[in-house]
Amino acid sequence: MSALPWTIYVSLAGAALLLALGRASPGVARGLALATALAGAALGAAGAAGFTAQPGLQTLVDIPWVAGPGIRYHLAADGISLVLVLLTGLAATAGVLFSWNVRERAAEFFALYFLLIGGVYGVFLSADAFLLFVFYEIAIVPKYFLIANWGSTNREYGAMKLVLYSFAGSALVLAGLLWAHAAGGGQGFGLAELTRAASALPAAQQVPLFGLLFVGFGVLAGLFPFHTWAPTGHVAAPTGVSMLLAGVVMKLGAYGCLRVALPLCPAGFAAWQPLLGGLALAGILYAGFVALVQEDFKFVIGYSSVSHMGFVLLGLAAATPQALAGAVLQMFSHGVIAGLLFAVVGRMVYERVHTRRLDHLQALGLHRHLPFPALVFVIAALASMGMPGFSGFPAELSILIGTWRTAPLWALGAAAGVVIAAAFTLRVLQVSFFGPAEPAAPTEAHPPPALDPITWPERAGAALLLAATVYVGLKPDALLGWILPALHSPALQPILRGTTP
Amino acid sequence: MTIDHSELLHAFRPEACLVAGALLVLGLDLATGRGRTAERRARNAALLGLLALAAALAATFAAAPSGPLAAGTMLLDPLARVTRAGVLGLALLALAATPGTLRLPHAAEYVALLLFATAGFTLMAGTTSLLLGFVALELASIALYLLAGFDKSRPESAEAALKYFLFGAVAAAFLLFGFSLLYGLTGALDLPGIARGLAAQPVSPLLLVAVVMVLVGFGFKAAAAPFHLWAPDVYQGAPAPAAALIASAAKLAGLAFFLRLLGSGLTAPAADGPPAPWTGAVAVLAVLSLVVGNLAALGQGNVRRLLAYSAVAHAGALLLGVLVSGRAGPGPVVYYAVTYGLATVGAFLVLAVLDGQGGAQAHADLAGLHRRSPLLAGALAACLLSLAGIPPLAGFLGKFLVFAEALKAGGPASLPGAIALLAIALSAVALYYYLIVLKEALVRAPAPGAPVIRVPAGAALSLIATVALLLALGLVPDLLLRRF
Repeated sequence: MSALPWTIYVSLAGAALLLALGRASPGVARGLALATALAGAALGAAGAAGFTAQPGLQTLVDIPWVAGPGIRYHLAADGISLVLVLLTGLAATAGVLFSWNVRERAAEFFALYFLLIGGVYGVFLSADAFLLFVFYEIAIVPKYFLIANWGSTNREYGAMKLVLYSFAGSALVLAGLLWAHAAGGGQGFGLAELTRAASALPAAQQVPLFGLLFVGFGVLAGLFPFHTWAPTGHVAAPTGVSMLLAGVVMKLGAYGCLRVALPLCPAGFAAWQPLLGGLALAGILYAGFVALVQEDFKFVIGYSSVSHMGFVLLGLAAATPQALAGAVLQMFSHGVIAGLLFAVVGRMVYERVHTRRLDHLQALGLHRHLPFPALVFVIAALASMGMPGFSGFPAELSILIGTWRTAPLWALGAAAGVVIAAAFTLRVLQVSFFGPAEPAAPTEAHPPPALDPITWPERAGAALLLAATVYVGLKPDALLGWILPALHSPALQPILRGTTP
Repeated sequence: MTIDHSELLHAFRPEACLVAGALLVLGLDLATGRGRTAERRARNAALLGLLALAAALAATFAAAPSGPLAAGTMLLDPLARVTRAGVLGLALLALAATPGTLRLPHAAEYVALLLFATAGFTLMAGTTSLLLGFVALELASIALYLLAGFDKSRPESAEAALKYFLFGAVAAAFLLFGFSLLYGLTGALDLPGIARGLAAQPVSPLLLVAVVMVLVGFGFKAAAAPFHLWAPDVYQGAPAPAAALIASAAKLAGLAFFLRLLGSGLTAPAADGPPAPWTGAVAVLAVLSLVVGNLAALGQGNVRRLLAYSAVAHAGALLLGVLVSGRAGPGPVVYYAVTYGLATVGAFLVLAVLDGQGGAQAHADLAGLHRRSPLLAGALAACLLSLAGIPPLAGFLGKFLVFAEALKAGGPASLPGAIALLAIALSAVALYYYLIVLKEALVRAPAPGAPVIRVPAGAALSLIATVALLLALGLVPDLLLRRF
């Protein structure tokens, strides 16, 4: 337990250390980065080992910070934060492994990377809304420089769009938090105080307040129709950063919705619920259909991310215990699987064949030249489609069942979304790796590629993520055992429908 | 009323240090300058100036808080002490960066003018008398006009000085007219006397005229829209360290005087009665400044003009802070002004160093700064992100505190609350134009053949101190806030 705050400090210290020492050579920077990521992951695991699941947040650190408005440096964790902290550790480690080939300004790359990671850990562990917001913003700005400096395809545009969307969303959140703070008479920013103050507001005020908070956080979670930053941003980003964006940064938004927006305004949520379910469903279906017709390998994965995050939002909108548990599980699952998919596309394939156009890839018959990435992608695709045995299965199933209790129509729509996901995943799998059946005759346009062999960091990163998705797929109770008690938290009771399983 | 001269001497020690320092700088240069190189003379003058500023800063901290001084013309309350320390610190940062960056003849005069201007600022920080306030304002302004035109090799500098002088003189006329009306209405020059005089009579049209005149005058000085038109040209043309002072310390000192005038002179008749007569006009200025500043900054291709429009936008937020200062006290808005001043000084100092390396006007002149000088690129990033309000830099908390107080004043439906929501919405616009500049500095490759930049030691120290202060105030805001 007490190890958890150190995930933040270690990441930020790693960032500083990278700037100070990492300039010596890319090798030193990589070594430091891997050490930082592993330290963060190990601290998260150590925190998990000493964790006893209870309803409600368990305080880790709580000291006064800014006296005037009653801001406290209050870190706390429950099962939901714990799951996401573990995910962050995994994703950060895998991201470093798949960024092993960053040579230009490697120290700065990894320093910004760990600034972002430190912010992410901080968001998941904050129990003071001001602190949460500070960490949230700390995680936003490094993304711009990571993408604009080290990205590809239209990187400056993609980076700016992503950051402005995120920042505009956070501006809505800031307005909402200040409003809730003012409603409470300026008695501090602790989530508990804000919940007390805001949930006592009349419904007519809770409705706009909930809109500010949920839509503000939802932008980062890929809420339709504010999701358009995600595909362009993911495509423009360097591989390690795409993995983080899809893997953990989008979760910040969903986590904010769950931790802040829902408990603060139960009455507002009740009014918004039909619209939110509709938007989540629209996101699942729309992004799925768009993914079906993309010509760029990475765009397919980018839209699939939006579609899968739609399940998370649907789970939140349904607000039954089972749907919420499924949503948190889906956050973890999608974090791992999306990371894997982006790793294959961005690092293993694109960096070797230098094209992401599906028609070019199709002509190459990649499974013959890149058997390991092909294998990883097949497994990741199965996981992404929600096949039993992988983490996506219990997550999406739980969301569907939970949603059925709230609105059967949503569940039916989402089930159609699962089918669409299978369709675009299978299509891209077939086209990208398993091109023509006969060995392609080497043509002038596509000479037989002389591809670099797959390196050990890639194998290690892929193995790590695969192991995580399979482990959770086979034993979802490992995470659900932490998540479900957290749903008994008093803060969530006003919005929950039905009883906790 | 008798005046205790020893008490007065004690209270005015910082000003005495500054004026004595300025005279000493001039005298020493006159006596020993002949035969020495210009660089040596500049360094000596700057060192002496720094000593004077440091002595004034020490005297500020040593001065005990006390009641009204000198027949009610001065008040050394927390607002005065923090503002004095703030303007002295900002001047210190701006002056420390001049050796090696500002290659001008007559450096001693430059330093002396800077010290005179700072003396004006510190007087403005503590004055409770219209007369002393006006004299202090003019002392500072006249020195700043000269500093703006100090670079005689560039016609833009002369243009800046002329524009600044003309607008400033008009503003001073408005202000003086407003002050004379207030005196005519109440027969008092000290602020508590004015408040007493106004409380004894109904709100008259003449009072409204006086209030409008005063607001126009301060609006010009603070570059609030629609009186901001001088700012882009002055920021662009003035030597960068002078522009740093105009944009930072002058704002902070003006804010303190303004706050005191509105807060203890033109107060609302009763705590829960109708609002003070200036509320509506200040709100209009705040909204206009926020909108005009942020939107006009979008179209700028010149870094200094961009900083000028961003200054207009920040003036809007400061006015919002003034609007809620009656309820919340001066703490949040002064914190805002101090941190804004720090970030602006830092940004202008980066430009000052670049000026010595072939100039920095267009955004593209910053291209590849991260290769040419990581220190400058890092400092610029910290300062601009603080201006944009990104935590954990101090600019974020300034905005946060002001907006929180504005919303606390009556929820989002009240006037300050609505302005705060507007300001929050516009902060996303602001991030865009700051990132455009940072894109050049941190992402783009340098122009072919652009040399590596050697940052002079003074400027490097000054920049490091600025960034450290931005971080420290952002992480431990109570360092400043608990002084109120």
